[in-house]
Amino acid sequence: MNPTLPCTMRWIWIDKFIEFTPRTSATAVKNVTLAEEHLHDLYPAFPIMPHSLIVEGMAQTAGILVGEARNFSEKVILAKVGKATFHRLVRPGDTLHYHAKILQLSEAGASIEGTVTLASDPATPTVAEIEMMFSHIDKNMAGVQFPEHNFVFTEQFTELLKTYRDGAVVTV
Amino acid sequence: MGLSQEEIFAKVQTVLVDALGVDAEEVTPTATLRGDLGAESIDFLDIVFRLEKAFNIKIPRGELFPEDFEKLQSDPNYVQNDSVTPAGVAELKKRMPYADFTQFEKNPKLENAPSLLTVDLIVKYIQAKIP
Repeated sequence: MNPTLPCTMRWIWIDKFIEFTPRTSATAVKNVTLAEEHLHDLYPAFPIMPHSLIVEGMAQTAGILVGEARNFSEKVILAKVGKATFHRLVRPGDTLHYHAKILQLSEAGASIEGTVTLASDPATPTVAEIEMMFSHIDKNMAGVQFPEHNFVFTEQFTELLKTYRDGAVVTV
Repeated sequence: MGLSQEEIFAKVQTVLVDALGVDAEEVTPTATLRGDLGAESIDFLDIVFRLEKAFNIKIPRGELFPEDFEKLQSDPNYVQNDSVTPAGVAELKKRMPYADFTQFEKNPKLENAPSLLTVDLIVKYIQAKIP
């Protein structure tokens, strides 16, 4: 391990983006593996991905889309999950696609329409439909002071994102 | 757009049912958003987004639901002994031209200010906003 890199555990539930249209939509991929400990927690003999973590994956996909729209200058937080409807279970070996579409984007925040599909089952792909809303908290919490630095999109996180940009070459 | 007041109310009702998870019957013209319908601060942004979509309009920040109440509260010209002064009421009226101040002016306690945010306020705002 490179001793100069900060070793901070991050809560990341998407693996990569396969589509990213700024201020419009994004699609991220999540490969679900039996090696993930949480799969064993809900029903020990029947590993599934918890719905709450599927919502989290959508929030991350959409949150990065919303953050990018303002060049990661805003502190973007998930403010509300308006609706989350689940149609099927997600099991080890599945590949999820998180599709996030911006419905509205303003100075104060954004509303998102999200769909989660199963890449490995084109016949009945829909896993979930999720509506969510993000807030640019500095614009919505009048009177409440937050730290000046962006604790949502940290420098470390934006550096990580850069390695996924089109054409980025990662050397070891 | 040419919507009648009833049509506007029906759309506002749908918006509030979707945003706040309340029953349609609860959404009456006099219902207060916070007290009766349980709206929390973040719901106001959700309501604004949904109204913009439902009526195809743009609602500038602070135009429907005034912001910086905190600043207003800490100004002694506007609030004294937990009551909104006449100057404070005048300021609120300027910021909320569609609100009904009749009841509030009888007992202008600061804690009563959220009751100015009613379903009817939204309907009147939308009426004024669309031709």
